[in-house]
Amino acid sequence: MLSFARSLRWVRGRGSEPTASSARATDRSTARQLHRTAETPRVDIAPNDPLVMYLMSAPGPVALDGLQLDSPALRDLRAAGVKLVVPLVSQGELIGTFNLGPHLSDQEYSVDDRRLLDKLAAQAAPALRVAQLVREQEAEVRARERLEQELRLAHLIQQQFLPRKVPDLPGWQVAAFYRPARQVGGDFYDFIDLADGQIGLVVGDVTGHGVPAALVMATTRSAIRSEAPRLVAPGAVLARVNELLHGDMPSNMFVTCLFALLDPVRGRLRFANAGHDLPYVRRAAGVVELRATGMPLGIMADSRYAEAETVLAPGEGLLLHSDGLAEAHAPDHAMFGFPRLRDEMGRHQGGQPLIDGLLEALDRFTGPGWAQEDDITLVTLTRSARSEPREIASFAVPSRAGNERVVMDRVAEAIAAAGIDMPGLARIKTAVGEAAMNAIEHGNRFSEEVPVGVQVLATDDEVLVRITDNGGDRAMPEPSQPDLEAKLAGKEKPRGWGLFLIKNMVDDVNVRTDGPRRVIELVARLKGGRDGDSGRAS
Amino acid sequence: MATAGERLRVRSADGAAVIDLPSEVDAATETVLRDAYTEAAAAKRTIALNFAGVDYINSTGIAIIVGMLARARADGHIVRAFGLSDHYREIFEITRLSDFMAIYPSESSALGPR
Repeated sequence: MLSFARSLRWVRGRGSEPTASSARATDRSTARQLHRTAETPRVDIAPNDPLVMYLMSAPGPVALDGLQLDSPALRDLRAAGVKLVVPLVSQGELIGTFNLGPHLSDQEYSVDDRRLLDKLAAQAAPALRVAQLVREQEAEVRARERLEQELRLAHLIQQQFLPRKVPDLPGWQVAAFYRPARQVGGDFYDFIDLADGQIGLVVGDVTGHGVPAALVMATTRSAIRSEAPRLVAPGAVLARVNELLHGDMPSNMFVTCLFALLDPVRGRLRFANAGHDLPYVRRAAGVVELRATGMPLGIMADSRYAEAETVLAPGEGLLLHSDGLAEAHAPDHAMFGFPRLRDEMGRHQGGQPLIDGLLEALDRFTGPGWAQEDDITLVTLTRSARSEPREIASFAVPSRAGNERVVMDRVAEAIAAAGIDMPGLARIKTAVGEAAMNAIEHGNRFSEEVPVGVQVLATDDEVLVRITDNGGDRAMPEPSQPDLEAKLAGKEKPRGWGLFLIKNMVDDVNVRTDGPRRVIELVARLKGGRDGDSGRAS
Repeated sequence: MATAGERLRVRSADGAAVIDLPSEVDAATETVLRDAYTEAAAAKRTIALNFAGVDYINSTGIAIIVGMLARARADGHIVRAFGLSDHYREIFEITRLSDFMAIYPSESSALGPR
């Protein structure tokens, strides 16, 4: 019977692992046992070791005694007490060896021994190769599964922190689109309800991909969500979020982010930018970029963010975006590009049609079968075009005390006659009465020959009442909440409720002067107006 | 219904003096309102303002009511209100008058034991 070395190791002929073989000195007490490899010291054979070539071309088992090769592996094998090496060759590749110590009989391995070993090797080699391939495949599958799982996790985190729906803003078409790349970039966007009906708009992009980017995205989004209601001002919000992220974030990552504050009633947009792609605004004259500069978040402490401001007039639209669209490449390596994005923006109506139009343009550009390179995020807000206000009444009354009642009644009649179903007509009547009283008393100082002009206009969704007096040289004070406590304690006069009432009875109050004339415009919306806004004192 | 120039009726009921307010609470009715308050305050500690017949209150009217509440606070009277329309009830909330004057849906609830 043969005396086996305690064990054998195979050589991995393929893959990135070094080719290895191991053997162990014969230990006579255990020489007849075939051990598992785990406890045997390894003898590694480097792929470029001359022994590899030698074993591959050997016709059978190789006795190490007397072998002349400048081979580190050979030295190691000898040191381990190996006497005979049986190469295991499969498809021309050395995939392992049997390493045998001295024959138990202390004699040389006989010709029969060698023939038997050779036969064994010929049968073992393919079996070993199959086992190796199965192992490699399993390892590959596991690696792929890990990657898939990580991608699923990144997707999950990303989805979790994106808005479920766009806000419902009366007078605005809002639409958003987000499509992650297979690798999941760190794009995000958000809408944050803030005080006085303002809304915070966020779009950002975290460097990198996968779970790390998704986690930084989630952190950034949460930081903005918690700071925006307190700080409101876009520059201050970005500066604060930068402070929070800086130091906490891996040094090779950063976040570009644009934060904008929209007053949906007036279309006013204040914004600051931490190195993000500039938003576009489509105006009647063409598409313009909104410029504001600042360092991306998380790069350096004490970054400051300049604020800029613009107004979106009725019919104008805003597009916030990430670079996933503009930096998409066609098969010929051409880039979609910002100029093309800008042109496309000018070509489409706002809201979902704009997003659809941009995506169609992208499809045309990249052609079918395009593998999306980066996340694509598009957020668009378009202010509905205002229908021209039509005049439904125009009249004047002498500036006589009590005529405010006439104005109230005639305005209410005009609204009813125009067939407008005005919820809260009592409110607009109260506001009109106060404004008329103010015009009679303070604007025209009860001069009966100076009339108070009244014009009632309507659009599809608003009623406007303009009351004109001759108080162009007198500023109208800003309405403030009267101090009722002081009044009840006798520390203040009980009067001073007029402007406060006006402000609280309609959706908007605009005052302008035109030479000697002063016009107060009361705006009452038919839908989405003040309803449900009462009872603030309780 | 009382109008400017007349005296307002002040009724005595269940431990309170009830003032039936005129249809308009504004500058034109300021004097009669002040007189009615004086009369009511002389009769009872609790004064109930009946707004059921009121269809117009302007900022001057608000100021008149604030003036009444200031007087009541100074001389230890309690003022209640009932019969307000939804619109004026909202205005009393916006102006916070309702924080200083309990509002009841009806005369009986306003006069009920507290």
